[in-house]
Amino acid sequence: MPDAQRSGAGPSMGATGLDAPERPADAPTFQALSTGRKIKDNLATALVSLAFLIAVVPLVWVLVTVVGRGIGAILSADWWGRSLSGVLPESFAGGVYHAIYGTLIQALLAAVIAVPIGILAAVYLVEYGRGRLAKTTSFMVDILAGVPSIVAALFVFAAFISILGGVQSAFMVSLALVLLMLPVVIRNTEEMLRLVPDELREASYALGIPKWKTILRIVLPTALSGTVTGVMLALARVMGETAPVLVLVGYSQSINFDPFAGNMASLPLLMFSELSNPEAAGQYRIWGAALTLILIIMILQLGASVVSRFSAISK
Amino acid sequence: MTERTTEQAPPRDPRNEDPAAGSATLDTVTDSDPDGRSRGSSSRRRGERVFRGLTSGSGLLVVAAIAAIGIFLLVQAVPSLLANNANFLTSPLFDTRDPANLNFGIRDLLAVTLLSSLFALVIAMPVALGIALFLTQYAPKRIARTFAYVIDLLAAVPSIIYGLWGIAVLAPALLPIATWLQGNLGWFPLFAPGNLPVLTGTIFTGGVVLAVMILPIITAVTREVFSQTPRFHIEAAQALGATRWEVIRMAVLPYGRSGYIAGSMLGLGRALGETIAVLIVIRAATSPSSFSLFDGGYTFASLIASAASEFSQPLPTGAYIAAGLVLFVLTFVVNAIARVVAGGKVNG
Repeated sequence: MPDAQRSGAGPSMGATGLDAPERPADAPTFQALSTGRKIKDNLATALVSLAFLIAVVPLVWVLVTVVGRGIGAILSADWWGRSLSGVLPESFAGGVYHAIYGTLIQALLAAVIAVPIGILAAVYLVEYGRGRLAKTTSFMVDILAGVPSIVAALFVFAAFISILGGVQSAFMVSLALVLLMLPVVIRNTEEMLRLVPDELREASYALGIPKWKTILRIVLPTALSGTVTGVMLALARVMGETAPVLVLVGYSQSINFDPFAGNMASLPLLMFSELSNPEAAGQYRIWGAALTLILIIMILQLGASVVSRFSAISK
Repeated sequence: MTERTTEQAPPRDPRNEDPAAGSATLDTVTDSDPDGRSRGSSSRRRGERVFRGLTSGSGLLVVAAIAAIGIFLLVQAVPSLLANNANFLTSPLFDTRDPANLNFGIRDLLAVTLLSSLFALVIAMPVALGIALFLTQYAPKRIARTFAYVIDLLAAVPSIIYGLWGIAVLAPALLPIATWLQGNLGWFPLFAPGNLPVLTGTIFTGGVVLAVMILPIITAVTREVFSQTPRFHIEAAQALGATRWEVIRMAVLPYGRSGYIAGSMLGLGRALGETIAVLIVIRAATSPSSFSLFDGGYTFASLIASAASEFSQPLPTGAYIAAGLVLFVLTFVVNAIARVVAGGKVNG
């Protein structure tokens, strides 16, 4: 409420009031803000705006750094179409398409496993789940969301490589990424399913459609855009993960199309390997790969926000 | 207090709060389907059973995954823990080069992990509170959405890029501050000279990087809760003539406090488990931790990642898995606290 209104209300009321004779016309009904309160209020406004500015600084700083140092690399002729096969550490030649392929295939394989499980688990939590089991599941989804990626990687290493005798491969990375994607997919889908109006479900039941068919044909399609958004955000999240690739797959300078065997590069792994390259070309490739990774993630994020705009349900 | 709890529950999802109300009617539709009413009936019921089984199976899978993480890590860690010659809790060593003579302990890992994460939290919490207040109480609605998106972008940047930026760009920029702190406040144990010869790549640097990384998650949760402050709490304060700051102090902060704490716990959990940024930023140290912010060293996560290429023999690997198990338990507890504190107010 503006201050003028507050302090100005008193006299005017007194002047036009009904029982003017009994009351002194100039008695102040409201008092102006004391200086102390005004100072506190302004101070709070300043601090709060400052906090926001503080947060923008690192974001801009990081982006400017990455773009500034990486733009040269990604504009070079070979960047998107060649691998680093046979490229010497000090040479500025070669590209990262082998790493882009690795990043994409590992994330997609993870999505193929995580998306159906995640959607079904969300359906369970929203449509069927009740009592202790549902509460436990919901709790565990939160815990899973907080599991550090290195722990997920260690788990896959302990379970699938140490005990079950598997070998390090891109698929093992995907298994670890599944654990990281699941909570994101579940929470996003869950939120959308809860937004589906009950009238839709009831209309379907009224036509004698069983519950499972109603969910498959009515509820899930209505929530589709939200689910797709969730999947894209989950993909964006796991693509930048470095810990699982460090533990679960070896680095390769050349392309490997087989996710089930052999070493495979990915953008984070390439960046990490080049960290031990003392030549200037190492820095060149690191920042080029960083910018490439950010571009891929930004495209996914933008895609996600475009898809969510086409949502069938308005929030 | 009681008034608040009754007010907040209903609007979001009544079906979740009171399962009997919504789902009961829905279930009777299928469950009371009389047998043999039509030809499709039995297959219909089978469809229902299969689908219900699939969904609850997926839910169970999540629970099983968490249990499996704990069990498999424990199974792999126990032989190494038994073969360990040092005290696992109090030894600053982490020597696994000789499988026949393992000496590893988590004292320094715990110190570096907690110091860096708590330092990050101390920086990030006030800033996140400010941003959340700015976005919900100060910025106009239209602008607020764009600004919130900008903050979310901070979370989209991969951690390895924060690590590279942290050591290449931020560390030199923080050097004057670090030098000043050590020069003038060196008597305070946290700012005492550490076990690194330089003042870049310290826990101090790592903590600032971590603070940037956990800022968006704390902000997101806090913002969500602040924006749910009941309208009439705010209007009641305004009617009493409160200034904007007084409205925040009397209505918004009391309502959102638990959500703010929960968000901070989530941020802490993220910082504890952060791997690659910490590995790149914080330098390895040769001498044990002196519990100063200007120490170097490894956190649980960064130590495991640094040794990842040497996971070949089971006993040394088990030592790292034991460290991973401790990290898992730590993050489990922190996230569980976050969830309990939030008490259903925060979802995700």
